[in-house]
Amino acid sequence: MRPSDLPLISDVEASLLATHFGRRALLGAGAVAAGVLAMPLSALAQAAPGAPGDAEITVDQARTAPIPIVIPVLGGDAGQLVSSVISGDLGNCGLFAPINGALPVGVPDFGTYKSLGARALVSGTATTGAGGLRVEFRLWDVLTGQQIQGTAYTAGAGDARKIAHIIADVIYERLLGEKGYFNSRIAYIARSGPRTHQTTRLAIMDQDGANSHYLSGGQWLTLTPRFSPVSDQIAFMSYANNRPRVYVLNLATGRQQLLGDFDGISFAPRFAPDGHTVIMSVTRGGGSDIYSVDLASRGKRQLTSSGAIDTSPCYSPDGSQIVFNSDRGGTPQLYIMSAGGGGAKRISYGNGIYGSPVWSPRGDLIAFTRIANGSFSLGVMVPDGTGERILTQGFTVDTATFCPNGRVLAFCRQTAAGAGGAGFSSSIGTIDITGFHERSIPAAGMASDPAWSPLNG
Amino acid sequence: MRLKLLGALGMAVFLAACSDDTNKGATTGTGAAAQSTGVTPGSEADLVANVGDRVFFELNKNNLSSEAQATLDRQAAWLAKYPQVTVQLAGNCDDRGTEEYNIALGERRANAARDYLVAKGVAASRITTISYGKDRPTATGDNEEAWAQNRNSITSVR
Repeated sequence: MRPSDLPLISDVEASLLATHFGRRALLGAGAVAAGVLAMPLSALAQAAPGAPGDAEITVDQARTAPIPIVIPVLGGDAGQLVSSVISGDLGNCGLFAPINGALPVGVPDFGTYKSLGARALVSGTATTGAGGLRVEFRLWDVLTGQQIQGTAYTAGAGDARKIAHIIADVIYERLLGEKGYFNSRIAYIARSGPRTHQTTRLAIMDQDGANSHYLSGGQWLTLTPRFSPVSDQIAFMSYANNRPRVYVLNLATGRQQLLGDFDGISFAPRFAPDGHTVIMSVTRGGGSDIYSVDLASRGKRQLTSSGAIDTSPCYSPDGSQIVFNSDRGGTPQLYIMSAGGGGAKRISYGNGIYGSPVWSPRGDLIAFTRIANGSFSLGVMVPDGTGERILTQGFTVDTATFCPNGRVLAFCRQTAAGAGGAGFSSSIGTIDITGFHERSIPAAGMASDPAWSPLNG
Repeated sequence: MRLKLLGALGMAVFLAACSDDTNKGATTGTGAAAQSTGVTPGSEADLVANVGDRVFFELNKNNLSSEAQATLDRQAAWLAKYPQVTVQLAGNCDDRGTEEYNIALGERRANAARDYLVAKGVAASRITTISYGKDRPTATGDNEEAWAQNRNSITSVR
């Protein structure tokens, strides 16, 4: 019996779908999100009927040793693509070690996979038909022989990569016990041309670098896109009409709006966790103040007035505090204040100067850029300023952004230019908050200013 | 400094080489302006060639050196001579700071130059400021000399 012949019935794994798509999205035995329908697949005959009811693999050791998982080329015309995307997601995050294998038919021969050292196994098919794409996916625990997950997805014919990312997130969550981040995007600045007057375009891509495309034309200098944590909106800075200001772009409608009416340059935008307000800096005299602007009413509120440069504000995930960069003490350092302004307290005390703070969505860490002796470092610290750890260093590493579950940072890495500008490069890298698994996201041409989206709907 | 002078000289030579009827008929000012006869008085080229269009700053600083003040003194005198001219002061930074802090730092530098010109009698309404942070470097290399070139406020005719 092939998996595709199985009836679709409700099963306990539907609870995972409910979690994955949000509980409200679960409709009967299926779940719908952004054109994707997910239905639970029944478990095949159990090879180990006496196994414990909870099939989730316990993998505490995965923090140091990647989980070996067999990801064969799935059946069907889209099987190759779906398998390669799943394998790429899981392999690149560093917590899994994908193993290529033959596609199992029916109940897999677990003895063979056990001998390969595999802990988990993926099987299924991905077929494009008149009704669009149908992907049937099963996840197995190799040691117990139990099916951990069985889901059939139907979606548009062009959604193979999206479904693959959703499946990779399901595997990540089932095996690690926390939500994944693969079905997400990264907004960034695409750069081209001579360094003295680079063309900059707002751009967006899937988190693995696929489906990259421009969102703006490149006529004006454009910097620092920031994703709304709750909606398809991006705040960014544009020098449109030679007036540098913060704008908000609605990705669904393509509508772009000036945000806030200020005399000075407005820059360094960042959404509040509820997505209703944007905080930013506005220059005044020789410094800059932090303001919040309400997206609905456009009402603005001044949060700092130190006279120094106060910039790069970022809310804590509970919205109660703001970390920001200020040179009010003489050199650029990190400070935390209440979300209403006031009570600013310095938290950075290491060697050098600090900037670009960004609060983890988990709340437990603040990532930052530190510059000492002409070299840049990317690090994390506990919000009270303790536990500082440097994750990576380079000529320039800046503009860190957390993935939705807070485990990985994307950042911009730039190399030094020699005479005439040769040797300069700008790319987007990622690194685990443990400091491991550093890699570069492939992009056509130079890229900077990454901004990770929330999980796609 | 050497680069700047070469740039100014290059501009003068370039303009002289392609001088057209407009420039040929132009009368030149007195003093320093006499050294570049192909330049329209009160123009951007005049500012670059005969006055000095930019001042430089130390790392992470916006203090005006005596050399910077001398350049701005010449700009103030030049602006007094051509009262119809309005200018933009664009602050820039080397690439040894963060993207966002440098936007504010560039504005702080432009602001320092603006305040100096205003103190020397130039109407504030004739001056606008902008900052490009570290995104519009003049010198493309990454060494001390290039960084010193890129920490500046550049005055241009609007």
